[in-house]
Amino acid sequence: MEKGKGVMGSGGRRWAVDLSDNSTSRDIPDPPGFSRASLDQDDSTLSRQKKDAESNWKAQKAWEVAQAPLKNLLMMGFMMWMAGSTVHLFSIGITFSALWQPISALQSVGKIFEPYKDNKVELLGPKLLFIALNLGGLALGVWKLNALGLLPTHTSDWVSSLPPAQEVEFSGGGVNLG
Amino acid sequence: MAMAIRVFLLLLFFLSSTNIGFSLFEDQVGLMDWHQQYIGKVKHALFHTQKTGRKRVLVSTEESVVASLDLRHGEIFWRHVLGTNDVVDGLDIALGKYVITLSSDGSILRAWNLPDGQMVWETSLQGSKTSKSILYISKNPKADKDDLILVFGKGSLHAVSGIDGEVLWRKDFAGESIEVSHIIQSTDKIYAAGFVGSSKFYVYGLNADTGKLLKDDHTILPCDTFGELLSVSGDKFVVLDKMRSKILTINIKNGEISYKQKLISDLIKDSSGQAVILPSRLPELFALRIDSHVLTIKVTNEDDLVLVDKINNAAAVSDALSISEGQHSFAFIQHEGSNIHLFVKDVNDWNGDLLKESIIIDHQRGNIEKIFINNYVRTDRSYGFRALMVMEDHSLLLVQQGEIVWTREDGLASVVDVTTSELPVEKEGVSVAKVEQNLFEWLKGHVLKLKGTLMIASPEDVVAIQALRLRSSEKSKMTRDHNGFRKLLIVLTRAGKVFALHTGDGRVVWSILLHTLRKTEVCEHPVGLNIYQWQVPHHHALDENPSILVVGRCGPSLAAPAALSFIDAYTGKELNSLRLAHTIAQVIPLPYTDSTEQRLHLIIDIDRHAYLYPRTPEAIGILQREFSNVYWYSVEADNGIVRGHALKSNCIHKIVDEYCFDFRDLWSIVFPSESEKIIATVTRKSNEVVHTQAKVMTDYDVMYKYVSNNILFVANAAPKATGEIGTATPEEAWLVIYIIDTVTGRILHRMTHHGCQGPVHAVFSENWVVYHYFNLRAHRYEISVIEVYDQSRADNKDVWKFVLGKHNLTSPISSYYRPEVTTKSQSYFFTHSVKAIEVTLTSKGITSKQLLIGTIGDQVLALDKRFLDPRRTLNPSQAEKEEGIIPLTDSLPIISQSYITHSLKVEGLRGIVTVPAKLESTSLVFAYGVDLFLTQIAPSRTYDSLTEDFSYALLLLTIVALVAAIFVTWVLSERKDLQEKWK
Repeated sequence: MEKGKGVMGSGGRRWAVDLSDNSTSRDIPDPPGFSRASLDQDDSTLSRQKKDAESNWKAQKAWEVAQAPLKNLLMMGFMMWMAGSTVHLFSIGITFSALWQPISALQSVGKIFEPYKDNKVELLGPKLLFIALNLGGLALGVWKLNALGLLPTHTSDWVSSLPPAQEVEFSGGGVNLG
Repeated sequence: MAMAIRVFLLLLFFLSSTNIGFSLFEDQVGLMDWHQQYIGKVKHALFHTQKTGRKRVLVSTEESVVASLDLRHGEIFWRHVLGTNDVVDGLDIALGKYVITLSSDGSILRAWNLPDGQMVWETSLQGSKTSKSILYISKNPKADKDDLILVFGKGSLHAVSGIDGEVLWRKDFAGESIEVSHIIQSTDKIYAAGFVGSSKFYVYGLNADTGKLLKDDHTILPCDTFGELLSVSGDKFVVLDKMRSKILTINIKNGEISYKQKLISDLIKDSSGQAVILPSRLPELFALRIDSHVLTIKVTNEDDLVLVDKINNAAAVSDALSISEGQHSFAFIQHEGSNIHLFVKDVNDWNGDLLKESIIIDHQRGNIEKIFINNYVRTDRSYGFRALMVMEDHSLLLVQQGEIVWTREDGLASVVDVTTSELPVEKEGVSVAKVEQNLFEWLKGHVLKLKGTLMIASPEDVVAIQALRLRSSEKSKMTRDHNGFRKLLIVLTRAGKVFALHTGDGRVVWSILLHTLRKTEVCEHPVGLNIYQWQVPHHHALDENPSILVVGRCGPSLAAPAALSFIDAYTGKELNSLRLAHTIAQVIPLPYTDSTEQRLHLIIDIDRHAYLYPRTPEAIGILQREFSNVYWYSVEADNGIVRGHALKSNCIHKIVDEYCFDFRDLWSIVFPSESEKIIATVTRKSNEVVHTQAKVMTDYDVMYKYVSNNILFVANAAPKATGEIGTATPEEAWLVIYIIDTVTGRILHRMTHHGCQGPVHAVFSENWVVYHYFNLRAHRYEISVIEVYDQSRADNKDVWKFVLGKHNLTSPISSYYRPEVTTKSQSYFFTHSVKAIEVTLTSKGITSKQLLIGTIGDQVLALDKRFLDPRRTLNPSQAEKEEGIIPLTDSLPIISQSYITHSLKVEGLRGIVTVPAKLESTSLVFAYGVDLFLTQIAPSRTYDSLTEDFSYALLLLTIVALVAAIFVTWVLSERKDLQEKWK
């Protein structure tokens, strides 16, 4: 009803039959082959609905994308567990990829959520989730790095190239030259 | 990605599969190392030129070497180094095929096969007392009979068969207390003549076949005698009297002794100097040196003395040489400026010269000390002569037809001290022609190498490649190289000569015979003591040449006058020399340099004064600034005292000398003389660079090394166990080890090894000391290691302090803080006895260390310090294994590939010197003894450079091939794409 009025008011039409307005003539059965649903296929309504669906879908997708790192996280965890705790090529490679993935993902947060950008869709939630999960991944990577002993968290990492202290005194000599 | 991983893995595999010991391949010998063989100063020489075969000269030297040299080139045919306590006293030829040597004070007689030097027999001669030794071989005229070898040694006369060395008879003279000085044979009788005391002359007649005493006679000379008795002919002797004014002529014809005496002033009028009879054996003649003249005096049949000739400026007189029946000749040398005149004269015909030649000899060789002559028959049937000359610098020359045929630098067999100097920096600007030629050579070389790598090289190519590698001009250039492999080794020899050797190929760059170390009337027995780096310009004084300080002294006593010489290290010119007014007991290079980078040195004399050198006001200024921080210590090994001193004030002298300082005693450590005697002391090398003060343990724990330059290791043995191994029982032998701070005199560590004794060889580096000794209980040698850690720094564990840089671990420290130290130590058995022990030094001290052990077999063994790690346990944990800790074994392994001398021997090894190269991974090792050997070693392999034989051409080719492949595949893929799209 409201929709019809809106339409009439907008154009300079003399008259119009609102075929979609079926609220008053419910007693007349629909003709065979007529589907009431197709009546909603009005152009503007259609686009509206489509937009609606799309934004719904976008929101849904955004959430999906936001949750994607979780899978990655689990996968990484598994690989790390497989790689063991000794420093060798694979463990270093995996650790560094575990560090690199979240960082690159975090760098391109905007780009990843670009397709789902919509003024109707609330992206903050998915983004936050995404960031949180990636940060989790990063934390996992750092933890692994530490587990491998590659983080300078020990005193030994800081003193290993400490030059010996200078001495104030000098003393020389020895046995007499023979 | 997978490909990259695979390549990386492959690379890792290659790296890990290269041998842990850095052994060489056969074709790498001589690439980085050189070896030079010497014999030392010749004492006796015998020519062997009769046969048509190879002409040779047999020599025995002061380094106890017996050698056979090629007369044509001076090369060594064979050589035997008998060792320092087996000094050769006599050398002769028996039976025409055996070289007979008498050594060890006349107790060991050996026969060597003349052509190849194999030992034929050895006889040990017994005797009861020490005496001088004489070797006399009675040449049997009949060829089929045995030569009788008569040896006087250890107070008895032995007759030894020349064929098998069997002692035929022995006559003991120990009871008679006679010092036999001559053995004379006449047909079947043997006379032994000598003195009892210095005036009683005895002659014993013995049966040559049985050794039975036939008769003895003696006479008492009217005066005491001086010097050696010289045999003039079979039965005549001459000797000087004690006042050196009379000549006594002794005749023992038929065993009857008669003597005559004659005043020297009767022979020559205006003589004032001390007379000396020269030891040249001339028939019926003898040579007497007085002032700078040599008088030749004939002994007539009536035992009268007749002056034959007076030779001015004569330097050396040879023994007589029998050239034909009844004709004897001898040679003498006359110096005239830089010219040297060689005369050969007939003994009987004094007027004519058989030969007169003048030769110019490099004046850096000094005077001629000894001359040996030999004759040959020229094509016109006249006699020619060749002369072997031993020079003042111990070098050996062969002169023939007025020319020097060959020379041998045998002074290098007695290196006393070694230091190094950098070479000059390469000048800018290289000529184009040189570059072009170099480029062509470079390309050719690389093509050859490439062929070698791809295994398509022909045998000739392989030879060419090897030759190319060996005589790479790169390594013998006279300029500094980027890696610091090229340096000058500056060595001081016993003769007082300084040589500069190039590390690339070992050639002598310059040599100088120091006049301060030459024998003069004032300085009878000069000795070169040490050599120091005087001036090492690096930064602001680059235009100056580096210079070297040589410290010498007249005679072995500490009170003898001393001299300093300063030598330019590039040119070998003496810049300055000082004869010091004070004596030298110690020379202390201080860690301070002046504005021209001259190092300050303190010289301590025996009268308890310290003198500062260089004597400049600037040096005084520098020393005044550091006055209270300069200490020194003295080790009195005989008294068992170590004392510490500090500078006090200027000397209180009659003459004011502001470069002279008094010092005060600060502390002294007196070891109990009844239980301990100092046998070895060692300190850290002052030029050693330590990279870090921390040592990281397996559990990320940190231990701080106690790194100090003022630290002294002292090894004391029980007084009863200071002799040879085996003279003391384990109960009365012990070894006490001290580590002492030489500033405060504090004993940081003390340890006793029971049942152990010396000799102790030790090396101190960073915070550890490694020492080698003998364990009497285990009957084996042991090596121990002590590591010293600074416990007072151990609580620096807060990471945040380090992150923020809020720690004081690198701030200057004083020994007076008395830091708490802990030590870790461990001992291992070691198979070899050791002659020298040294450690590798690298320029930054990052590379792991190797111990260089000079073994008794005169080789140098490189042993990783990892084997001498006190943290070794029987079952190291996984983490410890990963860190490289080797499971503990009771003995240290000797891996035959880790002999850095590979198949060579450094005969008579006396010392090892390591010099860091500029390349961190590598250090140069110089081992010296009778031979010299230099090589480069990389204890952790050359991780910072490509190997010398790396094929750049192959690399280039690979890159080009890869680029081409990329291009081709790109074109192909483009084409395929296009086809795909058209489908």
